[in-house]
Amino acid sequence: MSSYSVTEPSQKSKTVAAVLVIAYALITMVPLVWIILTGFKSPADAISYPPKVVFDPTLEGYVNLFTTRTRVTPEDLEALGPPETWYDAIVRQYDMVIAGPSKFGERFLNSIIIGFGSTFLSIFLGTLAAYAFSRFRIPLADDLLFFILSTRMMPPIAVAIPIFLMYRQLGLSDTHLGMILLYTAVNISLAVWLLKGFIDEIPREYEEAALIDGYTRFQAFYKVVLPQAATGIASTAIFCLIFAWNEYAFAVLLTSATAQTAPPFIPTIIGVGGLDWPAVAAGATLFLLPVMIFTIVLRKHLLRGITFGAVRK
Amino acid sequence: MATIEIRDLRKQFGDFTAVRESSFTIEDGEFFMLLGPSGCGKTTTLRMIAGLELPTSGEIYLDGEEVSQKLARERDIAFVFQMFALYPHMNVRKNITYPLVSQGWPRNRIKAKLDEVAGILGIRDILDRPVGGLSGGDRQRVALGRAIVREPKAFMMDEPLGALDAEFRERMAEELRALHDRMGATTVYVTHDQLEAMQMGDKIVVMNNAVVEQFGTPREIYDTPATMFVADFIGDPSMNFLPFEGVLAEGASSVSLGGIETAIPMAREGARGRLVLGARPEHIALTDDGPLRGRVAATEYLGTSQVVTLDTGFGEVKARIAADRRMAPGETAALTIDGTRVTMFDEGTGRALRSELNEGVI
Repeated sequence: MSSYSVTEPSQKSKTVAAVLVIAYALITMVPLVWIILTGFKSPADAISYPPKVVFDPTLEGYVNLFTTRTRVTPEDLEALGPPETWYDAIVRQYDMVIAGPSKFGERFLNSIIIGFGSTFLSIFLGTLAAYAFSRFRIPLADDLLFFILSTRMMPPIAVAIPIFLMYRQLGLSDTHLGMILLYTAVNISLAVWLLKGFIDEIPREYEEAALIDGYTRFQAFYKVVLPQAATGIASTAIFCLIFAWNEYAFAVLLTSATAQTAPPFIPTIIGVGGLDWPAVAAGATLFLLPVMIFTIVLRKHLLRGITFGAVRK
Repeated sequence: MATIEIRDLRKQFGDFTAVRESSFTIEDGEFFMLLGPSGCGKTTTLRMIAGLELPTSGEIYLDGEEVSQKLARERDIAFVFQMFALYPHMNVRKNITYPLVSQGWPRNRIKAKLDEVAGILGIRDILDRPVGGLSGGDRQRVALGRAIVREPKAFMMDEPLGALDAEFRERMAEELRALHDRMGATTVYVTHDQLEAMQMGDKIVVMNNAVVEQFGTPREIYDTPATMFVADFIGDPSMNFLPFEGVLAEGASSVSLGGIETAIPMAREGARGRLVLGARPEHIALTDDGPLRGRVAATEYLGTSQVVTLDTGFGEVKARIAADRRMAPGETAALTIDGTRVTMFDEGTGRALRSELNEGVI
């Protein structure tokens, strides 16, 4: 005899739930796996029909992603002697030699600087503002909060042209600082609102206890509130980074030579020497990694319940 | 250890007045209770003494020094919160020593002090535990440890037993009082529980609607309430109020309660109009014969005594009588009020009228 529980799911519903979750995970994973696999295919395998699931993996896509190449005559190739490195060897199969590094590394670094820079700035300013809104009596606090939120009510691209003109005047066009400021401006509303919610939930008594125990307001904030807000800060940071990392429209419009990020760069790979899908796929795969790693690293902070039990509600 | 003097203290939150011109003095080493219903301003008063809230006007003297506008950390006052407010990301040891770390104590002194405090509170075995899994009583002990470890001038306690289960509460109340007697530290304790206040306090301030209603020892507050609010709030069941229209002459030692002559302590001030005679249930005896009669509506048997509710011409009156007497609902009985223990009130103002009983107290 099995006993029934009101709260515990039955074995049957657990099985159904597991099947649904696994099916959903598989469906969402398909495009991701496709891209990752394509990065390791040769150009011929990448466009073959029906698509090849089993193939000889090659690093061609990655080599093409990171290099620029020129075609040479077979005689010149002969004159060069045997290839010195494994990537030389790959390139020479197509009667080409490596002319130099591509701009992908640089663009990727730009993405990292701008993405993490703006995330840091958004979180830094957002936490301080959220703390102030949560704890102090601020005149017109509700109006200010609404004003901050209202910056998010239209698509950012609606103000693209004025921003483009302003940036040109200010000399911020195509600079890292310009992009960091822009993404911070877009993210700050989200950061303030999310973090205010998290800080509101931290009982004031903690800080008051610290103030009584001899700490300054800032020390109380830093030593008592921040550790409690870690969960909120981590999840807010993930949201901010994902936006800044993926942003395409402003990046196309405002960056070109120096501060261009990876999203506008990756499509341009297609144009270089025919439809080089493996190189595009390789770029997309590498582009996925930082956000994925960031999310995995902060995963444990996303789990709630650190404050459990210390204050009885 | 310190004397705390509150003078004309006032706190305004926008249009709302939380505390209105309060004055009282807390003597060195006293266990001082701030008692009142929720929202009466007692916690705000406590927070102003601790420096968590700045008064709108008025002064707070800590050992003669005016501190009302000083920061909390400059006052050397410890605070025990109702919800404990233990730092959740630290273990018991760190929670207790945190105030000492902020004061820059050397390691070996912190260790010695921690050991002493843990010994006093009996929490040596849980020092390395995270605070999350502790029982309510242990959490409160840790919160107390964090307060006493600093040897502050005074302790502020905001309903420290309010979050505990009933069985624990009794024990912690005893522990708290014993701890106070051992350390002799000035303690200000906020509670809405009149029993707790009577049981633990050396002195009690009763607050209501932002105003101090009365300030005195538990005995003074119980026996000679200054207002009808205090008389009603203190005691369970609370004081009986018998309202009547009449005249009270100065020097009189009886009043005419709707024609029934009733003895009272000699009046030191006269009054006329709507008056109220206040008598505690235990000062009302039930007899077979007398002019003031009532019909028994209910009886509550309490073991050591019983409380009989009677319907009289002056409303419902409760009498506390011996447990062995049999009273059945519907029966009528005569009420005899102990004339030496009665307090007369002016119904309009709610204020007690001066008499030989409460003279010099209110």
